[in-house]
This record gives sequence, C-alpha cells and structure tokens, in this order.
Amino acid sequence: MTTDARFDGPGPQAKWRAGLDDGVFLLLTCRACGRYAFPPTVCCVHCGSPDTALVQASGIGTVYSATTVRARDHSYNLSLIDLAEGVRMMSSVSGDPETVRIGERVMARIERKGDGVRVVFDRGEPA
Amino acid sequence: MTSLRGAVSIAGIGNTRRWNGTGRTAFEQLEEAAVLALEDCGLKMAHIDGLYCALSGSGLPVLNVAERLGLGSNLRHADGTMVGGASFLFQLRSAMSALATRQCDVALVCYGSNQLSAGGRLAPMPDPQPFEEPYRPRYPISAYALAAARHMHEYGTTRDQLADVAVAARRWAHRNPDAFARDELTREHVLASRMISDPLTKADCCLVTDGGAALVLTRTERARDLRQPLVPVLGAGVAVSHRQIAQMPDLTRTAAEKSAREAMAQAGITPSDVDLAMVYDAFTICTLLFLEDLGFCAKGEGGDFVASGAISPGGSLPVNTNGGGLSCNHPGMYGLFTLIEAVTQLRNQAGERQVEAAQIALAHANGGVLCSQATAILGTEATL
Repeated sequence: MTTDARFDGPGPQAKWRAGLDDGVFLLLTCRACGRYAFPPTVCCVHCGSPDTALVQASGIGTVYSATTVRARDHSYNLSLIDLAEGVRMMSSVSGDPETVRIGERVMARIERKGDGVRVVFDRGEPA
Repeated sequence: MTSLRGAVSIAGIGNTRRWNGTGRTAFEQLEEAAVLALEDCGLKMAHIDGLYCALSGSGLPVLNVAERLGLGSNLRHADGTMVGGASFLFQLRSAMSALATRQCDVALVCYGSNQLSAGGRLAPMPDPQPFEEPYRPRYPISAYALAAARHMHEYGTTRDQLADVAVAARRWAHRNPDAFARDELTREHVLASRMISDPLTKADCCLVTDGGAALVLTRTERARDLRQPLVPVLGAGVAVSHRQIAQMPDLTRTAAEKSAREAMAQAGITPSDVDLAMVYDAFTICTLLFLEDLGFCAKGEGGDFVASGAISPGGSLPVNTNGGGLSCNHPGMYGLFTLIEAVTQLRNQAGERQVEAAQIALAHANGGVLCSQATAILGTEATL
C-alpha cells in the first residue's frame, strides 16, 4: 500500500496527547501561513495547508469568558482562554470560581489527577 | 439563476401538542405529526415522495421513518441533514430546491421526541468532544452561559434584561391554550430561580417536553389547490460557524447574521417588513442574540430592546407568540416549531394570540451551541 509520506506516523491528536503526557502543552502551527490553531488537525483551519507542525505553547492567556458551573456537591470554573498565539481554548481557571473575571491574565499549567491530564490555568503574570 | 422566491409553499402542518406523551416513542410522535400534517392539507401518505427528518436518538433517521411511514416504494428524494435544532430549516431549504427542480413533488419534513417522558435528559448524541470533556461543561447550557457572560461584559447587558425574555415568552404563553408552562412568571421569579451555569438560572432555560411536528411542502401552484390558505416560502438561508464553543469567533455575534442576510435577500425584504418573528429560544440569551443578529435592533442593544417591552404582547415586534421553547414546548430539537407557529399566524389561525394582518413571518432556528443557524421568511398570497 502506498501512502503519502507527509501524513505518515501518528495523527496530530495522538502527537498532541503524547506531548501532554510528557508535560508539554503543544499548539498546531502552519508553516504556510504562520498562524496557530487548537485543537490540532491535519490541515490548517486558516489556509488549508497540510504543512503543519506542533510547537510548544507560550501558556500565556487571557480569560475571554467564564462561567461557574453549579454542580450538586461543588462549583467549578469553566472558561474560554485566549492564548497569546491567537487561539482560543476551553479550560478551567484555578482558585475560587466566583472571582474569575473576563480579561484576567492567566498562565497554563499541566494538571495530573488520577489517570487524567489536562491543561488548566492559574491567575497572575508568568513567574 | 432561477429565483426560488415563492416557488414552494408550506401546504400542511402537524403538531401533536403532546408535551408529556407518556408511553409513546419519538417515532410515534413523529408519525402522528405526519398524519396530522397530511390531513391538514388533504394529501395522502402515498403522495409523499420526498422525506426530510432528523432525530436526537437515531443515527439513520431517514431509513427508520421511511420504513415506519411506509414511504419506501414512493420515495424519490431524502435528506437527513443533522445540524442540531436548526436541521429542519436546513432541510426546508434543501426541499425548496428539490421541489422546484422536480426531484420530488410532495416533501415531508418531520420530527418527534419523547425527551420528557423518557426521563427528561437531552438524548446523548454520538459526538464526543475530547477537548471539552476534561473541563466538564454542562452541555449545552454552559456554552450559552459563556455567550451570555461575554455579552454582559461587552455591552452591559443585565440579568434583568435576560429575565425579561423569559417573562415575555410566558406572557405569550398565557394566550396559547396549548402552551406547556402557563403559570405566572415575573422577573423576580427568574432571578431567584436556581443558578445552573452563571449567569443563567433554570428559568433562563427552555422547557423539557415531548412533542412531534411535521410540514408538508409542495410547489406553490399545487398548494393553491389544497385546503389551507397559501403560505409561500419567500426565502431561506443557512450558516454554520463551529462545533465547539471555543471555536466560535465572537460569542456575541452568531452566524444568524449570515443566514438572515441570505434569506432576506432572497425574499426581497428588510427586517422592518417582518410582522412577527419566531426565534429558537433554547435559553434567554438566544432570543437577545438573534434579535440583534437578525437585524431587529443594533448589536449590543438587545437587552434594552427586550426591556422596553418590544417583544411582549402589545409590543412593536411579536416574538415567539406560541410561548417559544421557554414556555410552549421544547422536545429536544425545537426548530420545526418556529415554522409551525409562523404558518399558524400567517393563516390567521392563532386564536387569542393572533397577530393582526400578519403578512410576513420570520422563523429562525439554531443548532448545537450557536453552531448552525437557519432563517426562513414566509409570506401570504398577497406577498407573492
């Protein structure tokens, strides 16, 4: 079977997940148009080029919108974070959910709990 | 290009009004609605040669419905487009082309749900979102809460104004004997309701009901010879913007801007020509966003527009005269009911809630989490 070598190997989602397992938060970048994207996909959502790569994210973000999800036992924050690279992702901001404000600066952190690993955000300027 | 303006008409409508239809399946709600829509216009099941449907709990809706209605041998055209609650307006637009080009002659658009009697939860769809699930959004309310929070941040919209949307819907429901929720509702009730995902309370959310609805569509020249007053489709437009709420470019602007522009251009109208608007109000913020994006008020002014009483009975723009998804019914996917109420009004069959001299109605449906948008402009004989 002949395949196109440009697409050989694990897909972008598996590569992104492997990065997270290794403690690295990756974003997709496009070598053709230079823009970033999240979640990772095979071709660039901005220009359609398949010439993409995964690179380490700066982790610097701003809260675009936030809600407190009221569960029976506890409440938690759900936010949309605008990253410095110009992409937006769903995540959660740590600390008291009631005090998370739109426009706050946040910094990414990889959180491991049990079998789960995810990118969350802490408030304040990068150290 | 040939204009489809007025080429197709909604000849028959069916609405089971069984908002708590214990002991019935979703398909049975749909089947009853199909029978009612055919009887409404005087056509028979054997006339149907085009089928359009989507169901929350079926991955192969066309196959199931064609079998259950016995349509198989007559079917020449089918479309099971699934974009959430807007599916049926996407399908209406597809059916306009299929009917006009004689790929079919009588099209049925239909839906059924037993969401309430089956346990009251939104039927889970096989559509995993691995980049959202780790953060446990309450689906779909958290996405709408994020949109509401951003709208409040950018435009100073208040929870009082959102509550006024729910109160207006309830005031219309008081005039509709078929509405599911008809008890008194005040701004204070909405604000004091249980917070689910800030800033949205339980009273900012649509109902959870059962229900079935169906439309029979034919070319307009045939509809003229049928039983009901003519309701031609003057225009339709659709738009898709994202799947995950994080991928929506601007949470205060929906793709309804695009679907409405297309529909109104085809119909040759502007927002000021619209006599009544039926918009998919899954949450109070939806009505506000759509009033802005459909062009009834400027961006950011939806809150003031609603608080002025404009969309309540007696206001300048009758909106969701059946009570909407907030107070009439919301069986999982509500989109088809925006068309049912628009047709009822244009036929002058809306009883106590009838809008005087209604000639042009707008129906707008939303799917997913502000993902898909579809707008239809319906008229009367006089508008052709």
